[in-house]
Amino acid sequence: MMKKRVAPSATTGVSKDHKGEVRIELPVIMTCSTCSITLDRSLRALDGVSEANVNYALQKAFVTYDPARITIARLVKTIRDAGYEVGAEKVSLKITGMTCASCVTKIEDALKACPGVIRADVNLGSSSANIEYLPSMTDMESLGKSIESVGYKVSAEDAPSKEEDAKLREYRTLFRKFIVAAVISLPVVVVSYPQFFPLLRDMDMNTLRLLWIGASVLTIPALVYSGSSFFKGAVAAFRHRSADMNTLIALGTGMAWLFSTVVVLFPDIFPENAREPYFDVVSVVIGLVVLGQALELRAKGRTSEAIKKLMGLQAKTARVIREGKELDIPIEEVLVGDVIIVRPGEKIPVDGELVEGHSSVDESMLTGEPLPAEKKEGDEVIGGTINKTGAFKFKATKVGKDTALAQIIKMVQDAQGSKAPIQKLADTVSGYFVPVVMVIAVASFVLWYDVGPEPRIIMALLASVTTLIVACPCALGLATPTSLMIGVGKAAENGILIRNGEAIQVASALDTVVLDKTGTITIGRPTLTDVINSEGFNEEEIIGYAASLEKNSEHPLAEAILEGAKSRSIAPSDPKDFKAIPGHGVEGIVDGHKIDLGNRKLMDMIGADSGALMENSDRLAGEGKTPMFISIDGKAAGVIAVSDPLKEDSIEAIQKLKGLGVEVVMISGDNKRTAEAIAKKVGIERVLAEVLPEDKAREVKKLQMEGRKVAFVGDGINDAPALARADVGMAIGTGTDVAIEASDITLIKGSLLGIAAAFNISKSTMKNVKENLFGAFFYNTALIPVAAGILYPVWGITINPILAGAAMALSSVTVVSNANRLRFLKVR
Amino acid sequence: MDKVIVTAAGIFTIAWIIRFFLFSKKEAFKASVSSGVQEVMIKVKGGYDPDLIVAKAGKPLRLRFTREEESSCTEMVVFGAFNKSAKLPPYEEVTVELLPEKPGEYEFSCQMGMIRGKLVVE
Repeated sequence: MMKKRVAPSATTGVSKDHKGEVRIELPVIMTCSTCSITLDRSLRALDGVSEANVNYALQKAFVTYDPARITIARLVKTIRDAGYEVGAEKVSLKITGMTCASCVTKIEDALKACPGVIRADVNLGSSSANIEYLPSMTDMESLGKSIESVGYKVSAEDAPSKEEDAKLREYRTLFRKFIVAAVISLPVVVVSYPQFFPLLRDMDMNTLRLLWIGASVLTIPALVYSGSSFFKGAVAAFRHRSADMNTLIALGTGMAWLFSTVVVLFPDIFPENAREPYFDVVSVVIGLVVLGQALELRAKGRTSEAIKKLMGLQAKTARVIREGKELDIPIEEVLVGDVIIVRPGEKIPVDGELVEGHSSVDESMLTGEPLPAEKKEGDEVIGGTINKTGAFKFKATKVGKDTALAQIIKMVQDAQGSKAPIQKLADTVSGYFVPVVMVIAVASFVLWYDVGPEPRIIMALLASVTTLIVACPCALGLATPTSLMIGVGKAAENGILIRNGEAIQVASALDTVVLDKTGTITIGRPTLTDVINSEGFNEEEIIGYAASLEKNSEHPLAEAILEGAKSRSIAPSDPKDFKAIPGHGVEGIVDGHKIDLGNRKLMDMIGADSGALMENSDRLAGEGKTPMFISIDGKAAGVIAVSDPLKEDSIEAIQKLKGLGVEVVMISGDNKRTAEAIAKKVGIERVLAEVLPEDKAREVKKLQMEGRKVAFVGDGINDAPALARADVGMAIGTGTDVAIEASDITLIKGSLLGIAAAFNISKSTMKNVKENLFGAFFYNTALIPVAAGILYPVWGITINPILAGAAMALSSVTVVSNANRLRFLKVR
Repeated sequence: MDKVIVTAAGIFTIAWIIRFFLFSKKEAFKASVSSGVQEVMIKVKGGYDPDLIVAKAGKPLRLRFTREEESSCTEMVVFGAFNKSAKLPPYEEVTVELLPEKPGEYEFSCQMGMIRGKLVVE
């Protein structure tokens, strides 16, 4: 017989036959070295801990403890209570085979018995387990095994998030509440209108009263079950000296029920024509509002689709090579520097650099670019994109929350939770809304009672109940955030990251776009195109000196010259006394000769006669190339030209922008001729040339002083001040570089077409927000006075409270549905 | 006679509503400071408890929210002035860390702006 394995203790994670103390290391995230001392002390103070060493440099806590006396979970809690985060992994697993509550305990116990598990919550409703564990002590595979060891299976499917789970449960509860209210409403409505039903019609008052007492009792479950959230919410808000939608519904239905019950129990205290109850109002209004909430919740669920899609892009596992072996590991455990294998059709798990093989990669999910990108050795690959054709290996450069995808998700989430300035009015109004509605309700009661027609008490009551029910603060509050959420998500789907609601609002009202030339309109990688020598000098000589001079420079133009020399197999030598002359060029000594490389101004400065070269220089500039003069020992030796090719779709994108009625301005550090030639090619009329990088912000400001709303588009590297200065700074990111701080909007895909798309989305989103706000304001300002009876004296119009309930329920559903229309926006 | 009573009661109720909801003084809650970090635990249930928080400028502030209800109204807390927001899953502690630099009053609220709290930085 096999020896039975002694199960490790469920609480300590260490088996019972293990005697004595254990030492573990816990990864702790600390921000200062004093943190470690405080933490040290708190850990040592724990009963069962004999030694604790907190190392700030290693970001680790080494603890020796007695597992019989204290649990890992307790240690982790102590660290967290002290205010530090433990670098634990959280994972959610979908489990199949669970049938009852005892399964839950069984699995939880099995999981907690794994060493390194800090927390395990198993949820029967969603058949999932939320586990927090220390990756240094266990991994997903052993967690899975321990679940399987007690007879359940881990499914490969994604476990629903806790949030989705809570939403689904809330939806189901709301729907159940609606059904209950609906079932109750049927008989209640029938007895409330006896005149319409045979049999009831002929009953005498006493029998009817009995039925009404029955209705009073029957509506109690509608109040305490279906309407429970209104009353609970109203009480909670009341404690905070505030009032919300719950207060209104609770007051409205509560008043209707109380009055009706008093009427049927003590009819004699009311005038004869005012002895009718209104139980139907109670159950039907509660039913309608609850149904509205359920529908709203459902519609709201769709608003976060974009973020769900983004999260779904994340791969679950990665195949890494460690110690020569291929291992499938969960993506959370991939480290920077790991070499990962990706086969055709697979998802690239994290960001990295391709080291072996080549392939084409579908990046459309992140950039919106439909064509796959070709990748070869040295190219960047982005996590979440799909490998199409070939197998390759890449080295992980960014993992976990640093990956482009994780940052995109974070940015979109932050933006979705941010506010737009337009919301301010709605926010201010909703702060006073509910108390004001209550005041109106009371005032209308008094007025109807004092000067209204008979039966006064009934009319007064109905008017105030209707006022309370018809008012809908939710529509007001939902109007902006729901549209923003969808707009921001829609943009993200198209490779456009919007920082916050303010950016979207400002972007919708822009009239001028300033495009940086290099790297924005053009590719940003200039190549050497022309070499023209003066008499007495030859081409090779010129390239050789130019390349040598620029050998250690990192300027894009320098790189172009060096590349040009390399392709002509000219080896540059080392320059001496290298010096950059801002706004002019560079100079230095190469092989004993003084070399100057730069613009016309530089030649004039050193007294080199460049007159004979001017014609060539002008011609090259006219072609949109950047000409540079070179002088050797003070003599103008020639002109070399580099050119930066246009991006494929720059012309189309600029046309589109103009089509949107936006003026396009080009800004460049290049000489006027070159800049103008490029501008002409792409169809831009207004050019700001020869602008030094540090002056770009000033040029933006000048445009703003003309009364324009300006967007600046640059590559985000050296134009941060201009990006920040502009009303909307748009950075063109490439690859994994998405977190560009200074920008309000980041275009992940390098194309300029994204600008037009970003305007398009901003405009549509703001239009949607305005529709919603208008609708919500109009609804409330129109219907509240009507409900209070403002139209009665002239036209005899009032609103039935049940209709008010329906309108109220419908109004917030309408707002959310209108926002959902944005999902179908055609962006490009 | 009844009209006089109803009118008087009505006026009294209106006055009470205005005073109670719009002009009430809230109790301020001072953030506790330990090892350079200010901290406040906030219970979220139909409102923020405490909903008036006093903190010092220049020191990091940790607001630890626990949403003790499932009603989706409070599922998110937004700090407009800090461009920060956090989802609050029910019955889970979520920490929002802020660095209040300038003294002043900052509102925070649910996403719809119905439920509010105030952060006073001194």
